[in-house]
Amino acid sequence: MIKINNLHAKIEGKEILKGLNLEVKAGEIHAIMGPNGAGKSTLASVLAGREEYEVTEGSVDFDGADLLEMDTEDRAREGLFLAFQYPVEIPGVSNVNFLRTAINETREHKKEDPISAKDFMAMVREKSALVELDAKLASRSVNEGFSGGEKKRNEIFQMAMLNPKLAILDETDSGLDIDALRIVANGVNTLKSDKNATIVITHYQRLLDYIIPDFVHVLYDGKIVKTGTKELALELEEKGYDWIKAELAN
Amino acid sequence: MSMIAENKKEFISRLSKTSISIPEELKSLAGATLENTDLPTTRNEHWKYTRVAKLSKIDFNNSAGNVQNIEDFIIDPTKATFVFVNGHYSTEFSSTKIPEGVTVELLSNSGMTSSIIKNEGEVFNALNTAHLIDGASITITNKAQVETPIQVIHILDGNEQLSNFKTVINAGAFSKANIVEGFFATKGSEKSFANVTSEIKVGANAFLTIDKVQFENEASFHISTEQIEQDKYSTFTINTITLNGGLVRNNLNVDVIGENCTTHLNGAYILKGKQHVDNHSIMDHKVPNCESHELYKGVMDENSTAVFNGKVYVRKDAQKINAFQSNRNVLLSDSAAVNSKPELEIYADDVKCSHGSTTGQLDDDAIFYLRARGLSRRAATQLLVSAFITEIIDHIENENVRAFTFNLLKKRYGWDITPEDFH
Repeated sequence: MIKINNLHAKIEGKEILKGLNLEVKAGEIHAIMGPNGAGKSTLASVLAGREEYEVTEGSVDFDGADLLEMDTEDRAREGLFLAFQYPVEIPGVSNVNFLRTAINETREHKKEDPISAKDFMAMVREKSALVELDAKLASRSVNEGFSGGEKKRNEIFQMAMLNPKLAILDETDSGLDIDALRIVANGVNTLKSDKNATIVITHYQRLLDYIIPDFVHVLYDGKIVKTGTKELALELEEKGYDWIKAELAN
Repeated sequence: MSMIAENKKEFISRLSKTSISIPEELKSLAGATLENTDLPTTRNEHWKYTRVAKLSKIDFNNSAGNVQNIEDFIIDPTKATFVFVNGHYSTEFSSTKIPEGVTVELLSNSGMTSSIIKNEGEVFNALNTAHLIDGASITITNKAQVETPIQVIHILDGNEQLSNFKTVINAGAFSKANIVEGFFATKGSEKSFANVTSEIKVGANAFLTIDKVQFENEASFHISTEQIEQDKYSTFTINTITLNGGLVRNNLNVDVIGENCTTHLNGAYILKGKQHVDNHSIMDHKVPNCESHELYKGVMDENSTAVFNGKVYVRKDAQKINAFQSNRNVLLSDSAAVNSKPELEIYADDVKCSHGSTTGQLDDDAIFYLRARGLSRRAATQLLVSAFITEIIDHIENENVRAFTFNLLKKRYGWDITPEDFH
């Protein structure tokens, strides 16, 4: 699905990613954990195509295509989805309206016909129910006046509507109470199939009780320094990151 | 006579004096003003950001034009449509099925007996009075509830045409009406100038709404002055939508002279190329217990420039006034510019007033967010701009005016807006 090879990226002259390698196959869930400043959100931003970041070295293969050569919108249309850590409020633009535009631009990109109004509305009803997002919220201005939990559920709602091949959840659990966390996790688990994959970026192990990863990676100082299974997450939760730093020092 | 005055007269030397019946003292005041007043320069505070000197270099003329069809200029399909070309009434294109409770007369027939427009020191108003071609005088009878909009369309046609045109609107007590005004120019018309005045009296308890759409061309000039008087318990709304014009200056002066009035001034200007649009408004609260709401929004692309100067007066003893004013601008290019100057002058002490002005670019984070969902940069920009400007267009109650505006936005800017999407 995605193969990241020796990825280096910097912002404002400062190198954040320093040779990151990661391969995610269809059907898999990968968790990326790491201390603050390790480069977790940078990785998400670089993959989504945020222009402030400059990739200086390395390659990213996304289903046979060179991801780094694509514009942000083309990455999305090819099936990459980023659930934002801080979803943006966009006054005056309704969720539903922009999602219809997004879906139709993606369909046009794939040379498919636009979605019918009826099918679209049926999909809105079905997918908003999945994340228990009030249909009224779904048609309101994007994230405007939403609570933290509603914003994160809205991200998963959008993910459900766009049905991506690869979803990257950037700290989707931060600021969520346990009910919202369950709803979000349930949404992600329901959408999971053997044809798509998920990268869960998180600071805390808690989310991984609900979204069970196949692999857990530790990102530290711009590189994946350790890879294990879900038990690694528990170990990190218990012991913190210092032991990893110590291990690296030796 | 000074050189400047001579030059100034030169640019209108081919125009004939008005043949409209106007009181002599008004005509001589206008004539004297025209004689003695230079065109304003940017040293004049009221014209600081709008240069009109190029007008004096054009050798203006006036003719009835030769418009072939007006299909593109019909905003509302109402049968009460009065069409003027370069200020001259067009029998051919007008349809005069006037609804009950309304009378419409041509100024060339009715003449004028008085005026509330200031001629002294106001060179464009004086020019309008002294060389007035024609105009429409619309009267709404007391208590008439007029469902059908009355439409006045003015078209500039040909090169170096100067049209001095006027509308007079009298809304009787307890009446309700909607007047639609459209200002257009035919394709290829160059350096033509619509110099327009409007005198509007809103009677006690009357509701009057004016929807004004400006879509001339990038080589045209438009200067208009609207003078409004509101009597007690009246509600006056004007929606000014400016989408095309080389140089556009709108002077909107509202005098509230009766208590318990409501006033809405909404404006949207969407510009590109080298367009320049200047909206000057004076909201004058002379008496207590009134409210006014002013919201102007602009979107400027390419090398376009805009000016907003909104002044709110609350006179001494005009207590319990609620006056709100806001001007918001979005710049889509590095070479576009706005000069925004909201002003409040308050001489009463028990009032609620606010004003504000913002100018910025579209939110980069919002554009990235939308692109990360698969929207092209262009679609994301359109969506954000549409959401921004639809707030104004939504204030227009007349559906046909709304649809016409959205259609013009599509034609000129390629924005395909589905208005329902923004509710």
